[in-house]
Amino acid sequence: MERFTAFESAMAVLPVDNIDTDQIIPARFLKTISKEGLGDQLFYDWRYEADGSPKGDFVLNSGAARSAQVLLAGDNFGCGSSREHAPWALTQYGFRAVISTSFADIFKGNSLKNSLLPVVVSREIHAKLLQQAAGDPQSKVRVDLERQTLTLADGTECRFAVDEFSKTCMLEGVDELGYLLKHEAEIAAYEAAHAGGLDTVGVGL
Amino acid sequence: MTKPRNIIEKLWDAHVVAEPAGAPSLLYIDLHLVHEVTSPQAFEGLRQRGLKVRRPDKTFGTCDHSTPTTPRDLPIVDPIARAQVEQFEKNCTEFGIPHFGFLNKRQGIVHVIGPEYGLTHPGMTVVCGDSHTATHGAFGALAFGIGTSQVEHVLATQTLLQRKSKSFAVRVNGALRPGVTAKDIILALIARIGVGGGTECVFEFTGSTIRALTMEERMTVCNMSIEGGARAGLIAPDDVTYEFLKGRAFAPQGAAWDAAVARWKELPSDEGATYDKEIAIDGAALEPMITFGTNPGMGMAISGVVPDPAAVSDSVERETLKKALEYMALEAGKPLAGKPIDVVFIGSCTNSRMSDLRAAASVLKGRKVSGKVRVMVVPGSQQIKREAEAEGLDRVFREAGAEWREAGCSMCIAMNGDQLAPGQYSVSTSNRNFEGRQGKGGRTFLASPLTAAASAVTGVVTDPRSIK
Repeated sequence: MERFTAFESAMAVLPVDNIDTDQIIPARFLKTISKEGLGDQLFYDWRYEADGSPKGDFVLNSGAARSAQVLLAGDNFGCGSSREHAPWALTQYGFRAVISTSFADIFKGNSLKNSLLPVVVSREIHAKLLQQAAGDPQSKVRVDLERQTLTLADGTECRFAVDEFSKTCMLEGVDELGYLLKHEAEIAAYEAAHAGGLDTVGVGL
Repeated sequence: MTKPRNIIEKLWDAHVVAEPAGAPSLLYIDLHLVHEVTSPQAFEGLRQRGLKVRRPDKTFGTCDHSTPTTPRDLPIVDPIARAQVEQFEKNCTEFGIPHFGFLNKRQGIVHVIGPEYGLTHPGMTVVCGDSHTATHGAFGALAFGIGTSQVEHVLATQTLLQRKSKSFAVRVNGALRPGVTAKDIILALIARIGVGGGTECVFEFTGSTIRALTMEERMTVCNMSIEGGARAGLIAPDDVTYEFLKGRAFAPQGAAWDAAVARWKELPSDEGATYDKEIAIDGAALEPMITFGTNPGMGMAISGVVPDPAAVSDSVERETLKKALEYMALEAGKPLAGKPIDVVFIGSCTNSRMSDLRAAASVLKGRKVSGKVRVMVVPGSQQIKREAEAEGLDRVFREAGAEWREAGCSMCIAMNGDQLAPGQYSVSTSNRNFEGRQGKGGRTFLASPLTAAASAVTGVVTDPRSIK
């Protein structure tokens, strides 16, 4: 994983609540056995016509939003399935942060493991961000994970919460598995105290 | 005196391996279910790091999502799906994971076969790279969906880094009226709290209505916890649970069974245990439910009318509802009952078990499905398929004009070729009505097997209580 550094970007705006992972990447694209090549499938059915041509009125197909690294979405972003293909598709497209008033649990956890920062803001700040983007789609926000701040174009700075552990992992570019593997002794002790497993003898596998 | 604990806290406490400073806890996982769609990248990660599966004896696999529901002697036509299924079986074999492969006669939807073969026990932590893992909570297990990175974590370490969830008591009391089912309970809950209402929480379903449910019905309720935003939902085990589990292939046997039951009896929430959130639902007042929109929270009693976006004050909420009704091509203020449909799907990890098939068959017996409607019945497992055939349910469905297919996720997720055409309407017993979920451009009304079967007969959205 790459280290997550502070950045400035325009926003792509999807002002819809409860955007589910089936919209972020439709299930028919989950037959792949790879993590790669999913950026083109991001928001596929909102982004492309039946013949594969881009829908002109979709936000990712127009103007400043096309190269935005920040997605501004409605409440409860990422609800639905547990597919990690959703943050894979978002990051491969080029997004580094998603701003919403709340995120679905599994999506949030998956994002933090893939250097995609979920930024939760208040309804007031959310409304202000919508206004900013409507006024000037080119206008930028600054995302600083280390300071846990989001800065609007008018200089308004707001602090966002992030799990301290995930923050460290993202800033240092390390993944959780390495950390888990260091706890071998504790895991072995737990297993010694809690014996048991599937007895497949006689089930005839 | 120790503080009274609810079952969610008891399950958490029993599985904490370590609580390192400045990090989430390490939680031990008792059962890890894997399937073909969310695991290949995790196995690839293990290979890249040179890691083994730590506990293949606590891991179990099957394929269900991208597998066809056509006769098993036919090949998997889609080359990408075929490659995924082949890779899955290769991964299981290479890493020594017990599994029911595509052609195994015990194959089925992962959340159906877990309970069917007694893999899921009360008191367990159960995970799977699938958000409907909450189904296993029906047994008093802490069961939740995980992403592919976490699949890799569990394969390698049998643990996960987790923060403790909040607890959310859902109390349902009263006797359900005729025509009202377990599916209607969970759809009613989600309609009330919304699809984000349970975020950061685990539901505990309690109350007399829940106690009166069979295990299959309890699985239907827990299954859709994620649709209310909760990662997990569970029901404390009782005699109904033990009766269901006893004698199943992977259930404890003999003296081990008695010892296990004694342990499981300690699981129910203590008298005086508290919760972070609570809600009460009057089970006796529930009606058959149906969704009208593009998420499971957009649901109503089947006698209701489609809500009007103009009545919503918040601008984003209003636009969200407006967008949903546009997608569904529905008019605000109009009832859904009577709306013509094109497809009925009876299946999925929500409603594909014997009792669901029996409910649908009770409506279809001696009747014909509408000539305008395609009706697909997809059993949750090959074992259920055999049982249903032994009871003659397959004949009921076929004689009514419905398709009787092989087991799998099928049109719930539409990865395997079973799908709606653009613009088509379905009444579906599955769990998600998201845009395109059942096929690009398809429009889904979620409902119970009774409502689905009644609608199959008439060709329009139908209150099952109107079919005599």
